[in-house]
Amino acid sequence: MSENFIRFQKVTKDYGTVRVVEDLDLDIARGEFVSLLGPSGSGKTTLLMMLAGFESVSGGAIVLDGQKINDLPTHKRDMGVVFQNYALFPHMTVAKNVAFPLEMRGTAKAEVASRVQKALDMVQLGHLSDRLPGQLSGGQQQRVALARALVFEPRVVLMDEPLGALDKQLREQMQLDIRDLHHRLGLTIIFVTHDQDEALTMSDRIAVFNHGQIQQCASPREVYDHPSNRFVAEFIGETNLLEGTVSAVSGETLSLTLPGGTVFQSHGLAGFRPGDKGLLSLRPERIDIYATAPEGVNCLTGEVTDTVYQGDHLRIVIETAAGRIIARINRKAAEWANGAKVTLGFRAQDGWVIAP
Amino acid sequence: MTASSRFRSPGVRALILIAPLLVFLGLFFVWPLVTVISQAVSDPAVSRVLPQTAAAIDDWDGEGVPAPEIQAAFRADIVANTDEQAMGDVTRRLNSSKSGFRSLMGKTVSAVRETPDIDLAEVDKRWADPVFWKAIQDNASPYTDAFLLASLDMERDSSGSVAAMKEGTSANFTILMRTLWTSALVTLCCLVIGLPYAMIAASVSGWKRAVLLGAVLLPLWTSLLVRTAAWMIILQDNGIINQSLMGIGVISEPLVLIYNRFGVVLAMTHVLLPFMVLPIYSVLITVPGNLMSAAASLGAHPVRAFLRVLLPLSLRGVISGALLVFMASIGYYITPALLGGAADQMISSVIADYSIKSANWSMAAAIGLILLVLTLALYAVYNRLSRDPVQAR
Repeated sequence: MSENFIRFQKVTKDYGTVRVVEDLDLDIARGEFVSLLGPSGSGKTTLLMMLAGFESVSGGAIVLDGQKINDLPTHKRDMGVVFQNYALFPHMTVAKNVAFPLEMRGTAKAEVASRVQKALDMVQLGHLSDRLPGQLSGGQQQRVALARALVFEPRVVLMDEPLGALDKQLREQMQLDIRDLHHRLGLTIIFVTHDQDEALTMSDRIAVFNHGQIQQCASPREVYDHPSNRFVAEFIGETNLLEGTVSAVSGETLSLTLPGGTVFQSHGLAGFRPGDKGLLSLRPERIDIYATAPEGVNCLTGEVTDTVYQGDHLRIVIETAAGRIIARINRKAAEWANGAKVTLGFRAQDGWVIAP
Repeated sequence: MTASSRFRSPGVRALILIAPLLVFLGLFFVWPLVTVISQAVSDPAVSRVLPQTAAAIDDWDGEGVPAPEIQAAFRADIVANTDEQAMGDVTRRLNSSKSGFRSLMGKTVSAVRETPDIDLAEVDKRWADPVFWKAIQDNASPYTDAFLLASLDMERDSSGSVAAMKEGTSANFTILMRTLWTSALVTLCCLVIGLPYAMIAASVSGWKRAVLLGAVLLPLWTSLLVRTAAWMIILQDNGIINQSLMGIGVISEPLVLIYNRFGVVLAMTHVLLPFMVLPIYSVLITVPGNLMSAAASLGAHPVRAFLRVLLPLSLRGVISGALLVFMASIGYYITPALLGGAADQMISSVIADYSIKSANWSMAAAIGLILLVLTLALYAVYNRLSRDPVQAR
C-alpha cells in the first residue's frame, strides 16, 4: 500500500474557462520526497493547494492512504503546510505558534510544552521561544514555520516554495536541513519550487510541470541526464540542442546525421526509427575540447569566439558548422584564445536524443 | 554667507514653508480656543473694580479684622471707581457669597465717597466681622472654578468645599452622562455592523471591494445636514418605513421612529460607520491572506481559526475605530437636535443654549472645556493603542 500513499487520478482544475491542471496522474509513496518543479503558472502550486484543501478539485480524484479526500475540509486532512511567506501568526510568540496545531488537537498541556520544545530544538530555535515572529529574521521565521508544520506529526508535509524569500547561502543551508529532517523522520514531503538546483539537491523524484501537465516524473539523475522532451531538457540545467535526422538505430545507440553531413553516435529515447527527425541534447560539461581529434568519440570542429570566466569553470562559446555550441570546462584544462581552431568531442553515452 | 547657509538648513526651510499654516492655526484656532477656554475659569468682576484690595487682601490670614492697609486699599478702590454698573456687579457677586452685602456696600460706598479716610467699622459694625472680609477675599481672585463645578452640577458651599447642587436645579451632569451613554450605544452599533463589514471588504477583491468601500465612504462625501434630513423623511410617521409597514398590514398605528433615542442612535450610527469600518479595514488589509489557510492546515475549525487568529489581529483596528466613533459622537449636535426629542439632547446642545440663548459665555466655555478634556484624554488612549508594538516584516 505504501507505493500509492498519495494518488492523483485524472485531476483537473479550472478557473473559469482556464484549465490550469489537466488530467494529471501522479502516485507518491510513503516517505518519499517529491518536488513539483516548473515555471510559474504551470499548475504546480495549484496541485499542492488542492492536496492541502485550499482549492476545490474540478475533476478527478485525490486519494490519501486509500481514502478519497476531494471533499474533506482542510482542518481534517492532517497535513503540515509550509508557506513561502511563512504565514506565522504575528500576535503569538514562537512557542504559541508551534503549540497552535497541538492545542487544536486537544493535546494535554504538559505534552504540548515538551513537544513544542522538542520541535524548536530540532530547528535550533529553542532559545527564541518567547519572541514574536516580527522580531526574527526571515530564515528563523521559516524554521519556526517548519517546526509548526512538523510538530503534530502530519501524514504529509507540503511546502510551497518555502525557501524562495531567503538569500542564497541561507537557502542552501535550509535545503540541507530539510533533506536531513526528511531522512531522519521518514517524512513524506511534497515540495513546490521553480528552482531546479533546489529540486535536484533535495528530491527523491522530480515532477516537471508545464501547462498543467507533468512532462516527466523521475529521479533527479534521470531527469537531468535523460530528459523526456525538449521542455525538460531546456528547463533543467543548460544544454546545447542540435537538430538532425536519425540514420540508424542499434540497441540504445542512435546515429544522428546533422545538416552539414556530420554523423554522431548518441544514446536517446526509445522508439526512434531511421528517417525520424531527432534533437540532440548535449550538456556543456560533457563536452571536451581537443587540439586534434582523438579516436572513438564524436567530433566536431569549430572556432572559439568567446571565453567567460566563472570562477570554478570556464564557459567557452564555439562556432561550428552545426551552430553555436557552449562548453563548460574545468579550470585545470588548457585555455583557448579567441579565434583558436579546436575540436569538440563527446562520448555516445553523454549525448541524448529526443523528439524535436 | 551665514544667512544663506542658515536658510539652506532643512529645519529652517521647513519652518518657513509651514509658517503660513502656523500663523493661520495660531490666529484662527489656538487664539480663539484659548480666549474661550479662559472664559471658563476667569471671573474678573471683583478684581477689576477693586484691584488694590484684591492685591492687599491676598495674604490676609482670615483671623480678626484685616490690617488698616487692607482697609485703606478698599477705601481707595471705592473712591477711584467711576463705573456704577461695575460696582453693582461687584455688590451682586459679593451678596451671592454672603447675604447682607447689598445694603452694606450701598451704605459704605456713599460714606467713603464723602469721607475717604473714615473708619469702616464706624460706617457699619458688620465690617468688624471677618466673614464679610472673607467674602471679598474669596471673590478677589481673577480666576474661579465655579463655572467648571456648575457644569458638573456642583458648587462651593459657604465653607468653600465642593458639594453637589440641590437636585432639580441643574441637569448638566445628567445630560453629560446621557451624552456618554448615547455615544457608547452608537459605538456599539457601529462595531456590530462595522466589524463584519470590514472583514468582508478586506476578504474580497476587485470591483466587489470597490463597491463595499464606496458604499461606506459615500455618507462621508454627503453633507451631514442632508443625511440627517434624509433620515427625517424616512423615519417620520408617514415616512417610507411606516407607510410600507402599514401598507402590508404589519402595524395599524405608525411606529414612533423619530424624535426619540432610536432615531438619534440610528442616524448617528449611519454617519459614523466609516470611522469604524476604515480603521478595521486598514488593519485587516495588512494581515497576510493565507493566515486563515495556515490555521486550517494546522487543524483549526474555521470558527476557532477566526477566534484565535483573525479576531485578535483586527483588535487594534477595533479599538481605534471605537475611540474615533466615540470621540466624534460625544460632540454631536445637529443629529440629536433634529432627530431627538427633548430627552435626547446631548451636551453640545447645552453649550449652544448657553452661548446663543442666554449668552452665558463662561458656562458655555466651561462645558466646552470639559468636553475638550474628555476628547483629549480619549485621543491620548487612541494614540497609545494605535502605535504598532512590533513592526511586522
